[in-house]
Amino acid sequence: MATDATQLPTSKAAATEDVGQIPQWQLMVRRFRRSKLSVSGLYVLIVLYVFMIFSDFLAPYDHNRLDSNYAWAPPSVIGFENGQLVTYKLKQTLDQVRFEWFYEPDLSAPLPIQFFVQGYEYRFLGIIPSRLHLFGVEEGYQINIIGADKDGKDVFSRLMKGSQVSLTLGFIGVIVSVIIGSIVGTASGYFAGAVDNFIQRLIELLRSFPDVPLFLALAAALPMGVPVEVRFFLITLIIALIGWTGLAREVRGKVMSYRASDYTAAAVAAGASHWHIITRHLIPNSLSHIIVVGTLAIPGAIGSETALSYLGLGILPPAVSWGVMLRDAQTIEAITSYPWMLIPVGVLIITVLSFYLLGDGVRDAVDPYA
Amino acid sequence: MTTDDMLLEVRGLKKHFPIRSGLLRRVTGTVKAVDGINFHIKKGETLGLVGESGCGKSTAGRALLRLHEPTAGEVIFNDPELGKVDVTKADRDLLLKLRPNMQIIFQDPFTSLNPRLTVGQIVGEPLEIQKRASGTELKDRVAELLKEVGIRPENMSRYPHAFSGGQRQRIGIARALALNPKLIVCDEPVSALDVSIQAQVLNLLDELQEKYGLSYLFVGHDLSVIEHISDRVAVMYVGYIVEMARTDKLYFSPKHPYTEALLNAIPKADPRLRHRPERLQGDVPSPANPPSGCYFHPRCKYAKDICKAERPPLVDIGDEHFVACHFAQELSLTGVQPLNEIKLEIPAHKKSTKA
Repeated sequence: MATDATQLPTSKAAATEDVGQIPQWQLMVRRFRRSKLSVSGLYVLIVLYVFMIFSDFLAPYDHNRLDSNYAWAPPSVIGFENGQLVTYKLKQTLDQVRFEWFYEPDLSAPLPIQFFVQGYEYRFLGIIPSRLHLFGVEEGYQINIIGADKDGKDVFSRLMKGSQVSLTLGFIGVIVSVIIGSIVGTASGYFAGAVDNFIQRLIELLRSFPDVPLFLALAAALPMGVPVEVRFFLITLIIALIGWTGLAREVRGKVMSYRASDYTAAAVAAGASHWHIITRHLIPNSLSHIIVVGTLAIPGAIGSETALSYLGLGILPPAVSWGVMLRDAQTIEAITSYPWMLIPVGVLIITVLSFYLLGDGVRDAVDPYA
Repeated sequence: MTTDDMLLEVRGLKKHFPIRSGLLRRVTGTVKAVDGINFHIKKGETLGLVGESGCGKSTAGRALLRLHEPTAGEVIFNDPELGKVDVTKADRDLLLKLRPNMQIIFQDPFTSLNPRLTVGQIVGEPLEIQKRASGTELKDRVAELLKEVGIRPENMSRYPHAFSGGQRQRIGIARALALNPKLIVCDEPVSALDVSIQAQVLNLLDELQEKYGLSYLFVGHDLSVIEHISDRVAVMYVGYIVEMARTDKLYFSPKHPYTEALLNAIPKADPRLRHRPERLQGDVPSPANPPSGCYFHPRCKYAKDICKAERPPLVDIGDEHFVACHFAQELSLTGVQPLNEIKLEIPAHKKSTKA
């Protein structure tokens, strides 16, 4: 009855408060915001991705720059002298008993940290050539804010560079698998019958392979001599090819239930085409579910890339990813004597955890009427 | 062009659902949800289709719109432009032309509106699909439709979640009206609503029928609602029409034992009545495995041997009263009492004070 309709707003300010006009996705955003943990996960991820975008600018050195004077150098000591931030030159001595390099900062020889310095050349966002870096020290010395590895490569620089692979590969892999999964799942759920039967049996076949050996077999089959970008692309494909089946099943289920709904029947009764029904009713309704499954799949994909690279079948040196760094950190000596090598593990855990928190929040938010 | 006042004729409509089982998904049986029904609807008329849950009444309504592909039978629709067309045999293009004249209103107002679309988009969707209007023209038409069903056009940009069940049902009705249909299948449109709202929606349907000369196939299980809205009523039992007649005839002098049982089950709003109506024994048989002969015989107190052996056809016993019972002419059954025959008395317990 029109008479029991809520009073329509008269002023424009009130118009924004008319709950009835809020689209469903905005209700979801509101609900998501209520979960503090998920919102903090999102913020952490935003920070991580901002770091990734500016990784070359933030990294003082090329990730493969060797310097034997800094082999296994510990995190630099940072001080404050004469009004500026300084680090110190290192005295490198060989521990005759343990055959390890021993470093001691020479507190009498401060090394001013310079900001906005020129360094190695890179392309910002892959396009704009630049040599600008946030910080650095005098040429010939090195600042390793989280230490250096056995060749004197700066761990921080490698962590930054590695994020370019680790944070994007899983993400892109999931996007690709979401696209494949949505298309196949929608087709399977909508057309049902023989199409559905065929697709479902195919998915069962794909899923009946054990994941890890399949991963390894595919990765081992990749050509070795190809450029880093091509390898990156191929590994993304492997992750996508293995990941889409689960999503396709979930989308199929959703599509089947929406297809049987009365609003779909109303559209059919009005003469709607398959395309109209799929794009107007089925996809928009399944979308929130697709986003949830996708978000929750990202940490798994990041883990897959890391695992592949760790096993030496994913991203290969000289390219770097967090998985490659994990490989560098796997020795007993690294764990006992050079614990900074484990920092990438911490960052990886934080990333994966943040994605899970985000995914949980999104999952709870997509049903705003519940 | 025809001057015939017949709008829809359904002949031998069947809808069977296969039961598949086993590894190879072989068809091991069929659910005969609708098993050969015949009826007709005239222009401007309401046919009530009534029966227990699972008797196939909704399936029948959907099959004639081809929301379920019918298994067999003919649905002859008298299209104002195309003349008499068999809907079941229409190809895609013809069906697209026929569909605007046959629309549907659903039972559940909470699942029949897409929660992601605004009311304006929902009501305008049929117009968009049929490419009847776009832009401001579409908006104007939607506003008009909303006014027609008693929703303020300002509500166009709001989402279904902002409306009550009754309002949503009105929006569903506006959607069904959008294409100026001749026939609307009302699939239990008020069963999910509060009683007070039911009356409003029924009155709205009445008004719209008068204004646009609509015909309704009104599917329902509430006998009072059906009595109120229908010109004629068909009673369905396990996929089959057992009786069909003018509403007053069917209610006052039913000829099929099942109709009698249904009518006796209507609760009487009279606290003095101590007499409990005889309840129907047993359950509705499964449409996958119906009994022999007349499907009603296991529950029928008048059943004789012939009822077990032969299924009675639906025959006209005069004055458009169709019955499918071997003993339609012999039985004398009781229906509901016409209102003017009910004597109003002051109940005895009201006269004397409490003992």
